[in-house]
Amino acid sequence: MSTPLLTIEDIAVELPTPRGNLRAVDHVDLSLQAGRTLGIVGESGCGKTMLSRAILQLLPKKAKLSGRVMFDGEDLVRLAPERLRRLRARELAVVFQDPMTSLNPVLTIGTQLMETIQEHLELDASAARKRSIDLLAAVGIPAPEQRLGQYPHQCSGGMRQRIAIAIALSCEPRLLIADEPTTALDVTIQAQILDLLAREQRRRHMAMIIITHDLGVVAGRADEVAVMYAGRVVERAPTQALFKRMHMPYTEALLAAIPKLDTAPHTPLPAISGRPPDPTRPLKGCSFAPRCRYAAGRCHEAKPELKSAEISGHLYACLHPIRMTEGIGA
Amino acid sequence: MMQLAAREEPLLNVDNLVVEYGLGNKTVHAVSGVSLQVARGETLGLVGESGCGKSTLGRAVLQLRRAKSGRVLFDGEDLTAMEGEALRQMRRRVQLIFQDPIASLNPRRRIGDIVAEPLVIAGVKDAVERKRRVHDVLSAVGLDPDLVANRLPHEFSGGQCQRICIARALVLNPEFVVCDEPVSALDVSIRAQILNLLEAMKARFGLTLLFIAHDLAVVKAVSDRVAVMYLGRLCEVGPSEQLFARPAHPYTSLLLQAIPVPDPDVRPAESVATGEPPSPIAPPSGCRFRTRCPRADQRCSAEIPELRGVAPGQFVACHHPLA
Repeated sequence: MSTPLLTIEDIAVELPTPRGNLRAVDHVDLSLQAGRTLGIVGESGCGKTMLSRAILQLLPKKAKLSGRVMFDGEDLVRLAPERLRRLRARELAVVFQDPMTSLNPVLTIGTQLMETIQEHLELDASAARKRSIDLLAAVGIPAPEQRLGQYPHQCSGGMRQRIAIAIALSCEPRLLIADEPTTALDVTIQAQILDLLAREQRRRHMAMIIITHDLGVVAGRADEVAVMYAGRVVERAPTQALFKRMHMPYTEALLAAIPKLDTAPHTPLPAISGRPPDPTRPLKGCSFAPRCRYAAGRCHEAKPELKSAEISGHLYACLHPIRMTEGIGA
Repeated sequence: MMQLAAREEPLLNVDNLVVEYGLGNKTVHAVSGVSLQVARGETLGLVGESGCGKSTLGRAVLQLRRAKSGRVLFDGEDLTAMEGEALRQMRRRVQLIFQDPIASLNPRRRIGDIVAEPLVIAGVKDAVERKRRVHDVLSAVGLDPDLVANRLPHEFSGGQCQRICIARALVLNPEFVVCDEPVSALDVSIRAQILNLLEAMKARFGLTLLFIAHDLAVVKAVSDRVAVMYLGRLCEVGPSEQLFARPAHPYTSLLLQAIPVPDPDVRPAESVATGEPPSPIAPPSGCRFRTRCPRADQRCSAEIPELRGVAPGQFVACHHPLA
C-alpha cells in the first residue's frame, strides 16, 4: 500500500470552559490515501467537526491541541504560518454545512471565485474569469456567466452550496473536507450535491473526508467509515465490512434508530436511551456503556482500546463486541 | 373531494384552502387550493421540500395564519369564520409542536410555569389543580416533575426540551395536534425516542395528528396516511404503505429515490432529481411540478391536474401518473 496522503496521529483537542476542560477530540488516529473517501459519522457533540478543524489548523484560539497531522510528509501542527497558509490555499479545501458562512454576502460570486484563483494560481483576470465560468459549469450551475455578477442572496441554498464547492475546487486541492455538506439542504438537492462531490472527487483523484450524522450519506459513497462517539473513534472499517458486520454496539444502535422506508408504520423504533456523556467530566470505562444494552460490569471500569478485528482494517473499541463470528449476535 | 372511506369521520376537513403572503408588490403563493381530511384518531403525514407550503398549511389550520379563501372545518365548525373568544375556546382543542424545541421555550421561565401557561390562559384558576395537571403531563412525557419543574430551559438538552414542548401541547388535553418538523432538529438517537413518545402519547390521549416533515422515512414511521405537497399544491395522498410501495405521482417517486439508504450495497441512483423547485412568487402554469418532471408534456403546462382516485384511498394530481 502506498503512503497515505493524510495521517492523523494521536490527535487530542481540549477546550477550556467555565465548567472545566471539555474533551472535544480524545486521541484519534486516522489515515487517508489520495483518491479515497473517508466518512466520519457521529451525532452532534461527538467531536467530528473539531477533528476536521484540527486537521485544517482552524481550531478556536483557546483550544489545546496535541498530536500530529501529517499531510504529504509535513506536520501541519508544527508548520510555519506562511507555509501553512500556502498549503491551506492550494492543497486543502473545505465545504461547510451552511454555505452562507463561507460566502461573503457583500461580494459578487465572480469576485469571490476569481479572487481565490488569481491569488493562488497566479492567473491574470481574463484567465481567472474563464476558469471561474468553467468551474461553475462543472458544478452544475446553469448560465454561469450571468451568475458571476450575482450576490449569494440571489441564489438558492443548493446553488450556494454548488458555488462553495466550486470555490473549494478552484485550486485543485488534494484533500477536500466536506463538513455536513448537505444537512441544510432538501433531500432532492442533497442527492445532487453528493453526486457532484463524488464525481469531482473521482475526476480529480482527490482525497475526501465527508463528515455527517447520517449513516445513509456515507453508505454508498465512502470507501471507509469512522464512527465517533464522545470524542473517540469507536469503530472504523471499510464501508462494506462495517455495514455487513459492525462490532461496536453504538454503530448498531445508531443504524437501528434510523426510521427505514421498508418498515411498517407505527413500528416502535429501537431508540438509544439516555444521551451522550458530559465531555467536561472525567469518564471511567467505555463512554457508551451507560446507554449500551450489552454493557457488563467491566465496561464501566476499563476503557476499551481500539483494536483489530479479523478483517484487515476493521477496528473497534468494545469489550463486548457483537457479530464477532458468523451467526452470533446477528 | 373526500379522501377518506365513508366509515371514517373527518375531525379536520380542509377545503380548497388558499394562503398567500405579500412580498413587496409581489405575492407568494404559499398554499394554492389544498383540500385534505384527517380522520378522528388518525395521523396524517404531510411531506414536501422547504418552501412547499407545508408549514403554512399547518399554521392556517390553526388560524395562526389567516387563509385568503377556503374553509377549515374542525369537528364540523368552520375555524376560518371564527374570531375572538370562540376561536380562543376552540384553540384548547388544537395544539402545535414546533421544530426548534429550544427556541420555542422562554429561556427565563421555569419549566413548571411554561407547561402551566396554557392552563392559565384557558382559565384554570385553581393553582393546586394546575400543579396536579402539570405534574401528570410531565410524568407522561418521561420527565421527573419534581426534578424539572423548577429548572430553566437552558439546563436541558434538545431532546428534553422537545419533551417539555410536547407536555405543554398536551396539558389542555387537546384532540388535535399539528407537529411541525418535531424531530428535524434532533440527533438520530434522540429522534427515535421522541417519535416513540409521540406514538405513545397519541395512544394514551386519543390524539389526532397532522405530522409535518421533510423526511419521508420519519413520516412513514408514524403516519396512517401521507399527503405529498409541492409548491403549494397537493400532489398525492394515500395510505402510507401503499403510497411508498406504489407512488403514482412522479414527484413522490423522485422524493423516494433521493433518500440516502444506509446500505452500501444499494448504489445511489445517479442524479434522479434534477433542478430545483421554482419560486412560489411565480409558480409554473398548469402542473407546478412540470419544470422538473420527466413525463411533462404540453398538457401539463396548459391544464392544472385535479386530484383523482387511482387506487382505493390513493389520489393523485397528475396528467401522466405512474402505472
